Amino acid sequence: MSKAAVLAPGSLASPANMRRSSARVSRRTIILIAYIVFLMLPIYWMVNMSFKTNEEILAGLTLYPHTPTLHNYITIFTDPSWYSGYINSIYYVTLNTVISLLVALPAAYAFSRYRFIGDKHVFFWLLTNKMAPPAVFLLPFFQLYSEVGLFDTHIAVALAHCLFNVPLAVWILEGFMSGVPREIDEMAYIDGYSFPRFFTTVFMPMIRAGIGVTAFFCFMFSWVELLLARTLTSVNAKPIAATMTRTVSASGMDWGLLAAAGVLTILPGALVIWFVRNYIAKGFALGRV
Amino acid sequence: MNFEWMAWTLPTALFFTGIASMLVLMTVWELVSPTVEAKGFLPMRTTRGDRLFIGLLGSAFIHLGWLAATDAALWGAFGVSLVWTALVIRFG
Amino acid sequence: MDKVQDNRAWFLIIPVFLIVAFSAILPLMTVVNYSVQEIFGPGQTLFVGTEWFEKVLADERLHDALFRQIIYSLAVLAIEIPLGIVIALGMPGGRSAKTSLTLVLLALPLLIPFNVVGTIWQIFGRGDIGLAGATFRALGFSYNYTSNSLDAWLTVLVMDVWHWTSLVALLAYAGLQSIPPAFYQAAKIDGASKWAVFRYIQLPKMRGVLVIAILLRFMDSFMIYTEPFVLTGGGPGNSTTFLSQYLTQMAVGQFDIGKAAAFSIIYFLIVLLFSFVFYTIITKTGSGEKQ
Repeated sequence: MSKAAVLAPGSLASPANMRRSSARVSRRTIILIAYIVFLMLPIYWMVNMSFKTNEEILAGLTLYPHTPTLHNYITIFTDPSWYSGYINSIYYVTLNTVISLLVALPAAYAFSRYRFIGDKHVFFWLLTNKMAPPAVFLLPFFQLYSEVGLFDTHIAVALAHCLFNVPLAVWILEGFMSGVPREIDEMAYIDGYSFPRFFTTVFMPMIRAGIGVTAFFCFMFSWVELLLARTLTSVNAKPIAATMTRTVSASGMDWGLLAAAGVLTILPGALVIWFVRNYIAKGFALGRV
Repeated sequence: MNFEWMAWTLPTALFFTGIASMLVLMTVWELVSPTVEAKGFLPMRTTRGDRLFIGLLGSAFIHLGWLAATDAALWGAFGVSLVWTALVIRFG
Repeated sequence: MDKVQDNRAWFLIIPVFLIVAFSAILPLMTVVNYSVQEIFGPGQTLFVGTEWFEKVLADERLHDALFRQIIYSLAVLAIEIPLGIVIALGMPGGRSAKTSLTLVLLALPLLIPFNVVGTIWQIFGRGDIGLAGATFRALGFSYNYTSNSLDAWLTVLVMDVWHWTSLVALLAYAGLQSIPPAFYQAAKIDGASKWAVFRYIQLPKMRGVLVIAILLRFMDSFMIYTEPFVLTGGGPGNSTTFLSQYLTQMAVGQFDIGKAAAFSIIYFLIVLLFSFVFYTIITKTGSGEKQ
C-alpha cells in the first residue's frame, strides 16, 4: 500500500468531490445523515433523561425535560462514592497510557527498522494478546495481582490493560514510523547524534501525530474496558463503570442518576477525540493506510 | 513471590518445559543457519518458525478432535501430531 | 524491504516483552494448569487429566453457545461491513468543519464504556420509558427485549451495529482518502460509471483496511461480553448467551474452575487459529501489493 500518498490525509479529493450525478451523491449523503441521526438518538435519549426527575421519567414519554433538573448531576458531584469512581478511572487510564507509550515507542522503532531473530513471531504473539478474550484471564489475573500485592490498586488495572494496549500501541506506532524514510535516521547518525538524542529530539517530533493518536487509542480502550477493571478492584480503585452497575442493582432503578452517570462517562472521550479528529481514521487503520 | 497459586502439576510443567526448549532450539538453529522463506504444500511462503507454529497449532486441534471423537488413549493423538508437525516442518 | 539485520534490536523490545509476558504468559500457564485439575480451593487440587476437556467438548449448552456466537459474528459482519462502506462513501472530503464534525460524531459511540453502551440501549429500548421501545409499541408491535428471545437477539445485534459500524466506516474512509485525485480524473475522462469507479478504484484501495476491519470486528464480536450482559444478562432463556457469557457463568457463577479453564483454552485456540489466518492474509496481501 502506498504510504507516501497518505502523509497528508484529508488533503486529497474524496468521492463526494466528483459530482458526476448529483442525485447519487445526495443519496449517499442522505444515508450518512440518517445513520448519524440513528447514532445520536439513543445518546440524546440518555442526555434527555439525565436532566429529568424520576417522577417525570416514570410518568410517561417526554421528548425533552419538562421540569429540567440538575439534581442527578449534583448527587454525583457531591457523593464521594460516585465521583471517586471517575477519579479512579481517569487515574488508571492515564497511567496505562503513559506506560503503554513508554514501552511501545522503542519496540515499535525496532520493528519498523530492524530484522532480528523471531521478530515476526514476537509481533504476532503481541497481537494475539489483543485478540485473547479477557474472560479467559479473569481468574488467574485476580490471583496473580493478589499474589504480588497489587489487588485493588490503580497500577494493577493499568498493567492489566497493557495486555491489549501495548500490542495496539506497538502496531499503530510501527505503522506511522514505517512512513518515515530510513534516510532520516542515517543522516542523523552521520551528524553525530546518539540514538537516545536522535530518538527524542528528531524522530519523536516527526511522528507526533502518530504518538497523539496512539495515546488516544490507549486512553479509549482502557476507558471503555470494564471486565478486567472490575475484577481487579474492590474499593480503592473501583472504576466508574463498576460503580454504575453496583448502584443500579442495589437501589432499584434510579434511572435519572444512571443516565447522568452515563453521560459523564461519555464526556472525556468526546473531549479528547476533538484533538485527534484529523488523524483518527488513519489511527483506526492502525497507521497502515 | 511464590508460584503456588499457579497450581502446577507435573504434566503441565513438562508441557511448558517442552515448549520452552523448542523455542530455545529454534533460536539456536536460527543462529547457526538462518532460515529462508520457502513455499511447500501450505498456501503461503513460510519460515521454519511459521511452520513450527502451524504444526503446534494443528497438533492442539488434533488432540481436541481425538478427545471429542474417541475414548482411546491420548497417545494416539500425540503420535498423529508428531507425524503432522514433522510433515509441516519438512514439507510445509 | 530495506530493514537492517541486527539482533541488538531485541534490547528495544525487552520492556514490551516483560510487561506483556507478566500479564499474558503467567495467567495463560495458570489456566493450562487449572484445566487438568479439580479445584476445591486454594492449595486443594486433584489431578484429573483430560476429563474437563472431554466434558467441555461434549457440553450441549456450549455447542449452542458456540453456534449462537458464530451466527451472531457472521450477522455482525454481514451488516456492518457493507453499511460501513456505504457510510464512508457518503462522507465529505477535505479538511473542512463538516468533515471534522462528521468524524467526531461517527467516532463517539466507540468512546463509550461497554457497559454504558448496554445502559444506553437498556434505557432506549424499554417499552415504558424508552423512545425506541415505546415507538414500537405505539406502532402495534409487542416489542419486549426482556421476555422475547427474538427481540432480545435483534436488540443486541442493533446495539452492536450502533456501537461498531463507525469503526468500519472510519477504516473505509481512511482507505478512500489514500486514493490520488488523478485516479478519479482518469475515470471521469474514461466516462466510467459510479459502479465502475467503486469496483475498480475504490474497492481495491479499501481492501487492506477492510481486512483489518473484518479482523477487528470478527474478533471483538466473538468475544462480546459486557454489552449483552448489561442489556439482557444472557436471556431470556439462553437466547443471548454467547461464549464469553457462558464462560463467565461457569467460572464465576458455578465456580467450575477446571472446566472453565479447559473451555478457555479451547476458546483461545479458536481465536488463535482465526487470528493467524487473518494475520497471514493481512501481511501477505500487504507485501504482495508493494511489489
